[in-house]
Amino acid sequence: MSARPRSYTKFREVQSELERSGAAIFRDADGVESLIIRNPYAINYVHSYAEDSPFFLGLAEGRLRGSKCRKPKCGFVYGTPRSHCMVCGAPTEWVDLPTKGRVHSWTTCHFAGEVFLKETPYNLALVEFEGVGSLLLVRLRDCVESELYVGMPIEARFDPNPKYAITDVWFVPSR
Amino acid sequence: MVRKAYDYALKGVPNLTPDRIDGSRISYFSDHFARQLKAASMVQDYLGLNPKGSVRIEWGGATGGECVQAAYEAIASGRMDVCLAAGFETMSRVPTWKGNEFIALASDTNFDFPLGGFYTGYYALMVMRHIYEYLRLGKFANVTDEREAQRLAIAEGSRIMSLVSVKNHRNALHNPYAQYPKRLTVEDVLKSEMISYPLTREQICTMSDGAACVILCDEARAKEFTDKPVQVTGVGCGTDTMRLSDRPFGRVPLLPHEKAKEYENLPYPGVHSFRAGRTAGIEAYRMAGITKPNQELSFIELHDAYASSEIQTYEDLGLCRYGEGYEFVERGDPFLKGIDYGFPVPRAGATPVNPSGGLIACGHPVGATGLMQAVFAFWQLQGTIPKHFGDPTLQLANPRRGAIHSHAGTGSAVTVSILERGFR
Repeated sequence: MSARPRSYTKFREVQSELERSGAAIFRDADGVESLIIRNPYAINYVHSYAEDSPFFLGLAEGRLRGSKCRKPKCGFVYGTPRSHCMVCGAPTEWVDLPTKGRVHSWTTCHFAGEVFLKETPYNLALVEFEGVGSLLLVRLRDCVESELYVGMPIEARFDPNPKYAITDVWFVPSR
Repeated sequence: MVRKAYDYALKGVPNLTPDRIDGSRISYFSDHFARQLKAASMVQDYLGLNPKGSVRIEWGGATGGECVQAAYEAIASGRMDVCLAAGFETMSRVPTWKGNEFIALASDTNFDFPLGGFYTGYYALMVMRHIYEYLRLGKFANVTDEREAQRLAIAEGSRIMSLVSVKNHRNALHNPYAQYPKRLTVEDVLKSEMISYPLTREQICTMSDGAACVILCDEARAKEFTDKPVQVTGVGCGTDTMRLSDRPFGRVPLLPHEKAKEYENLPYPGVHSFRAGRTAGIEAYRMAGITKPNQELSFIELHDAYASSEIQTYEDLGLCRYGEGYEFVERGDPFLKGIDYGFPVPRAGATPVNPSGGLIACGHPVGATGLMQAVFAFWQLQGTIPKHFGDPTLQLANPRRGAIHSHAGTGSAVTVSILERGFR
């Protein structure tokens, strides 16, 4: 048996100790001691795109697809497809979206969730399309923070080696 | 942690012995953080409440606020006479960026998360449009160069968001329950790390560990337990699409003091405002009989996960008109009297917002957050802040009525509850 793990009053130090030896004791302001260990946690999920599948299959063919309400009186067109209309509840049908649009809003991410940290900085933009009632969230490449603005004309690019993910499409500034 | 909060609450009401509690509503947000499914069962057990009735509450960032309302409903329906609402979150179990990844799983995992979407990024997209709608097309409407106008608007928006951050961090200097009290300046906030443009580190709340609880009961028992009861006089809840890209461009649902004409040319909510917050406000105000919220509320504890969302929420809750949020800050309305913020706040005390320091300075242990607001509001209305904080600075003079506001990711769900002093 090894000795009692080292004790710390700062949680940051507990984290470093866990990296070193795998166990530590945290002593809180009330003097209560907690024994802390590490538990690895990794899993591959089976992810189904379900009714959104035609959108992702479309990206692999270089097509950007939205959906349109089937009810003639409504006819709302969605930039991010939905199987049923948000306005009237009727089913929708697939339509091709324009591959050119404009920046509705944007940001440059300098930090991110852990799996994306290595990709920072990257730009996210909500795209608005002519004649389309809702937006699409995309990565915006080939431009940097200081060049971006609301209203900027942008256009789609598709990954020739699709991974069947939303990242199979991205936008770049229209030249 | 929850036990500690529970014991402290019971200590304040000696006439309320644990056997008088009929059951509980227990909230925590994420099973990923807890890595213990059904952790609420353990809370129920550790508080010694078995075999009484209980249910776990989860509604994203609004989990705590929803828990307060669930306990309210248990009482209002007559199902219970006394109900405990308790909540907690333990977020220190993973590093910050893994935690951001866990939370980002609350956004759409087909369309949003795989892009590298995470909440600071989503709120940055929202405030960027808010700045465009109200500063570019407002204060900077006359600047003809589009790119220059947008640059000026972002700089102005960032500066004003920093005033909010300074306010909440400095208020928290007087709150011993706050985890991040700081004497910041606008410059400190602006030059802190850029997380997702234009939001900087000090404009964003922190993941933390925490617990809070409140005890609700019917009127007869309240009078038996305490001579300073606080009454829940209004509850409201609203929702919106999980994806920002689906948000409609329609009309503003109006509060009693607003007119449709004021917002004729405003596509609403788009991604600039929280329709769920507006909806929750309308319901809660109607129930509490509030028609002029900025005059009829003594204070508001609102969900400032971001300095940006505090400004957006002023407008949703009708503390000012849509588009006036930045001006509202500049005039000083949401600031407290008697605190040095390092800049002039001419109308300080007009509509105090987050006197406790809010999420930005207190921390945001999700399942506890909305309950923490309820506790601060309860003490504020009782006039017992000096006793609980050991510092009288944050106690408002004679507050009659307060609002608490709890908000889930990008405004996908919001609760508003109105609390009023229940004694003379």
